[in-house]
Amino acid sequence: MGIGTYILVSLVKIAIALAILLTAVAYTTLLERKVVGHIQNRWGPSRVGPFGIWQPLADGLKFIFKEDITPPFANKPLYMLAPIIALTTALTSIAVIPIGPWIRVGSINTPLQIADVNIGLLIILGVTSVGVYGVALAGWSSNSKYSMLGGLRASAQMVSYEIALGLSLIGVLIYTGSFSLRDIVDSQAGTWLGFIPKWNLFRGQFVAFFIYIMAAYAETNRIPFDLPEAETELVAGYHTEYSSMKFAMFFMAEYANMVTVACLASILFLGGWSGPVFGPPIVQSLLPVFWFALRVFAFMFIYIWVRGTLPRFRYDQLMAFGWKFLLPLAIANIVVTSLVVALK
Amino acid sequence: MLPLILFFIFAALCVGGAINLLVQKHPINSALSLIVVMGSLALIYLLLGAEFVAAVQVIVYAGAVMVLFVFVIMLLNAGVEERTEHASRVAMVLGVPGLIIGLSLAVWVVSHLAGLDCIAIGGPMVMNGSDVFGNPQAIGHLLFRNFLLPFEVTSILILIAIMGAVVLARREE
Repeated sequence: MGIGTYILVSLVKIAIALAILLTAVAYTTLLERKVVGHIQNRWGPSRVGPFGIWQPLADGLKFIFKEDITPPFANKPLYMLAPIIALTTALTSIAVIPIGPWIRVGSINTPLQIADVNIGLLIILGVTSVGVYGVALAGWSSNSKYSMLGGLRASAQMVSYEIALGLSLIGVLIYTGSFSLRDIVDSQAGTWLGFIPKWNLFRGQFVAFFIYIMAAYAETNRIPFDLPEAETELVAGYHTEYSSMKFAMFFMAEYANMVTVACLASILFLGGWSGPVFGPPIVQSLLPVFWFALRVFAFMFIYIWVRGTLPRFRYDQLMAFGWKFLLPLAIANIVVTSLVVALK
Repeated sequence: MLPLILFFIFAALCVGGAINLLVQKHPINSALSLIVVMGSLALIYLLLGAEFVAAVQVIVYAGAVMVLFVFVIMLLNAGVEERTEHASRVAMVLGVPGLIIGLSLAVWVVSHLAGLDCIAIGGPMVMNGSDVFGNPQAIGHLLFRNFLLPFEVTSILILIAIMGAVVLARREE
């Protein structure tokens, strides 16, 4: 493939991936309102279009037409920069996430992934860790005590849970021996006895999976770890002073991070896009993507289910849980996994 | 050619960030400039083919250490720094260029003596002709085979430092 074709193919893939991600983000908000509505015995949005299907568009239009207010004593450059950092880092992670195997379009053979890099997992961890600045700077630059407290809480929480999150992935890395997300998926191909898939979840990474899920909920500031935006104490947390599209950017960043977390969980623990493939060639090339999307959808649904079910932690409980329970458990998991691999 | 152009772009970003770090009056702006320096350093590592070091640079320095810096600045609500009266004019004008010349001379001499001339931009990092370093395997091999004892001793040193900080930070009861 020539350099011109390569750049063209990459640009097309970036456009498609961004369109899919942003649509997923928009419709996750609708899914969330619908599902939480039904959990609470309400209907959720039902006025805009059939079943409220155009609600995300209406929300977006509303955000665009709202007045954009900058508080008078805010640090203006950083106040502008914070939502940009949050959204940029949230959208960047999708670049290394593979959503399916290689496909063939005409004479071009290309992976269903923007960039197949050998340190994909580390790039996601790095980009996520930079995302903390969006939240921290938003809290600080707004010059409001609620924002400030929310920003402090968020950055402390994200830094703490990042450690447990990172350590929970090491078991998978020991099995695979590669940071490349595509290699990790490929290493989980095949079945035992013809029907039990060789997912990392069933290969002894059961504990790691739950550590990952819990740490990821804290990383994305979701219930039961949504203390940075605890509305009863902090009005709205780090984005109290934000309005219009800047507020929407924080929201999109949060949901994009949820999608990334769900994609990563599917890739690392649930075998990525593995699943039965049959039918004519066009269906065969698209079925893996469907299996992958199904897993991501299941994770998003669980996110919302948990939100509709659990109450919020207290802050000291949150910190104690992260440092005194998840972290030692993650280290124990590494030791046990290494022993199993070494003794095999 | 492209790696060289990219190197100069990232190097300029790095030096610009470092100068901005010194010039800025507010600590949070200085901290953010330092993050830019860390990020561009990571990109230069990437150009050298040391992708693992680059990723760790971002995760550890930009993602953890600097977050704590920003955190402390936010907590203390540190204000704009003040200029002292008795600053030496000669040091202000000649200090930074003098330091740059001295340091680059030192780096040039040391790299000549150590035979490190063979680091090429855009290729894998090679030392003494053969060993590739910078990828996860090579670093793991170095840390857990060749330099296992120094590595473990350093970890214990860091642990002692952490415990010392905890002891010192605890209020007298």
